[in-house]
Amino acid sequence: MNQQETGAGEIKISARDVQVHYGDNHALVDVSVDISDKMVTAFIGPSGCGKSTFLRCLNRMNDTIDGCRVEGDIRLDGEDIYAPEVDPVHLRARVGMVFQKPNPFPKSIYDNVAYGPRIHGLAKNRSELDEIVEKSLRRGAIWDEVKDRLDAPGTSLSGGQQQRLCIARAIATSPEVLLMDEPCSALDPIATAQIEELIDELRRQFCVIMVTHSMQQAARVSQRTAFFHLGQLVEYGETGQIFTNPSDPRTESYITGRIG
Amino acid sequence: MLWLTFLIIVAAAALAYVLNLRAARRLWAEGARLHSITTFHALYALFLAALPAFVFVVLWLALSGPVIGALVLSGLPDEVRAGATAAQENLLLSEIRSLARGQAFGEPEPWKAAAAARLTALEATEGWARLALVSLIAAAGLIYARTRVSASFRARQRVERIINGLMVFCSLVAIFTTIGIVASLFVESMRFFARVPFFEFLFGTNWEPQIPIREDQVAGAGAFGWLPVLLGTMVITVVALVVALPIGLFSAIYLNEFASPRLRAVAKPVLEILAGVPTVVYGFFAVLVVAPALRQAGQALGVDVSPNTALAAGGTMGIMLIPFISSFTDDALSAVPRSLRDGSLALGATRGETVAKVLFPAAIPGIVGGVLLAVSRAIGETMIVVMAAGLIARMTINPLDSVTTVTVQIVTLLIGDTAFDNPKTLAAFALGMMLFLVTLGVNIVALRVVRKYRELYD
Ligand SMILES: Nc1ncnc2c1ncn2[C@@H]1O[C@H](COP(=O)(O)OP(=O)(O)O)[C@@H](O)[C@H]1O
Ligand SMILES: [Mg+2]
Repeated sequence: MNQQETGAGEIKISARDVQVHYGDNHALVDVSVDISDKMVTAFIGPSGCGKSTFLRCLNRMNDTIDGCRVEGDIRLDGEDIYAPEVDPVHLRARVGMVFQKPNPFPKSIYDNVAYGPRIHGLAKNRSELDEIVEKSLRRGAIWDEVKDRLDAPGTSLSGGQQQRLCIARAIATSPEVLLMDEPCSALDPIATAQIEELIDELRRQFCVIMVTHSMQQAARVSQRTAFFHLGQLVEYGETGQIFTNPSDPRTESYITGRIG
Repeated sequence: MLWLTFLIIVAAAALAYVLNLRAARRLWAEGARLHSITTFHALYALFLAALPAFVFVVLWLALSGPVIGALVLSGLPDEVRAGATAAQENLLLSEIRSLARGQAFGEPEPWKAAAAARLTALEATEGWARLALVSLIAAAGLIYARTRVSASFRARQRVERIINGLMVFCSLVAIFTTIGIVASLFVESMRFFARVPFFEFLFGTNWEPQIPIREDQVAGAGAFGWLPVLLGTMVITVVALVVALPIGLFSAIYLNEFASPRLRAVAKPVLEILAGVPTVVYGFFAVLVVAPALRQAGQALGVDVSPNTALAAGGTMGIMLIPFISSFTDDALSAVPRSLRDGSLALGATRGETVAKVLFPAAIPGIVGGVLLAVSRAIGETMIVVMAAGLIARMTINPLDSVTTVTVQIVTLLIGDTAFDNPKTLAAFALGMMLFLVTLGVNIVALRVVRKYRELYD
């Protein structure tokens, strides 16, 4: 276990002075943050404060939104991900994303997981692909539930299972970073607990960044927490520190329930 | 006089509405807690004043004509009526009617003039009686509705029941009209099959719908095998789809996924204009532009192209179908949730991969619906093929040949002076019946396919 956790604390992503505009709306202002590898970093804050926007900067999903402009410097392992020679398509294979609402493709469970490996040509033959699919489903903690019906449509699963399928699908391209935008907000408490447990597992291999509106969830699963407010990164640090002894009065009002 | 009748109904309805509205408002102003809001009391009165009177007028109009006719006929001198058949009586009656309207040819016999005068008198009486009765019925409804206004009266439920009844009535009208059309097609087809054996029609490979004009004529008895006509329809439909499918699909995919918003804003309306071009215009285009161009191209290549080709008619029809397919595809693609698109892009798929592997499969039910609708249109399309396809039925699948279609044959069979009881004319109904069955089949398959995909993907 200790061996697996080596590398924890190394800086995976570093962002400097990130600005995001949607047309005239200045959605993110001067965000600078260093995100550590092999840890869960939680983004919290009232809705509309820019958490999802910042998350989408990290895999350049903002490129697909008309009128969205990103400025500043974001580095993954020291490489500028907005450099002209970087292909966002390759970046997204390294930085996987899981969305708020489970969004399995209208395909079989197998094809859902095999989607990424197929488009990136990760498997040489069918048996390698089978292997990748099984490994991903196991890591997504859903293998035992679906191993007998890999041909069933992904949409036939329950909400919690669908979300774990989507996590498995993201893992299948062997990313280094996993972005999760409120991955539990459409799920019931039991499914939420399963996903939280899974996220805790995943941090052994990935750098996990998770947006949540539940402070309990942030406290339970994350090691670092960033608090956003009105497009600014107000406070960032050890999760325990943020929740027990915040240094900014705005953070304190938010976690005690006075703003948000 | 008719307009006066309807004016009375409208006026009574308006008056009833206002009276009840006022009465209900007064109650409300006096502090009563009305069960239904005032509008419903007013609507209740409106329906009660108008509906029974309207139904009465319709029934009256349907019945009064025959009744008056019978009265006039029964007043004719016995020697005129003796031995007259129903058809002769009808003829006589219309003669008297035109006489009453002042259109006389020469000097009418005195008994005809007397009958015309009687007709005029009867019609006047009928008009006044109708006015009086309608006024009475409308007034009765109005007064009854007015007496019902009270705080506890459930006007809303009554009005909802009436409106419900009206909706049921309208859907019944639609259903029974359809049934009626199909039934009449069926009956006429049966009359055709009494003259031409069913299997000869169904499996015959020769279509020459000529019949001897005189009894003793030796000319061919005519052949009624519909297969070459069906084959012609299918060749043209296939040609049309070969043109329309790729162009429609790819233009929709391009506009939906790749085009800039500005280009899309221009291109979509242009495609919709294409859907608004009348088919006659496409027909011109096929005859004057496409067919000569094909012929020239054929000559240049040394291929023999007939002046009317399935290719010209089908190709033009394909252009007509492009907007169908592209707008269905566009709608189906737009209906795919954004989350699927994002999910695919976030896995590192390109836009093209996303379209091909996620969006297009998810949009298939809608696209299939559009394609099959286009097939029905192609099978039933008449104008373009009448103008651009040929008239001679041939067993051929060569698109450079002249072929004919079911619709073209129906048109040519019914054009000109034809009696409605010879096989040539009746054949049109049989063809119409088969056309209906084929289109019905296509639509049923369309629904099946769509449902199957829904099950897979929902
Ligand atoms: N696709 C978009 N187009 C335009 N404005 C957007 C878009 N997404 C987010 N915004 C705006 O950016 C701001 C931050 O939104 P978001 O990042 O979604 O907040 P959060 O995830 O913290 O609730 C909001 O003001 C929102 O209106
Ligand atoms: Mg959000």
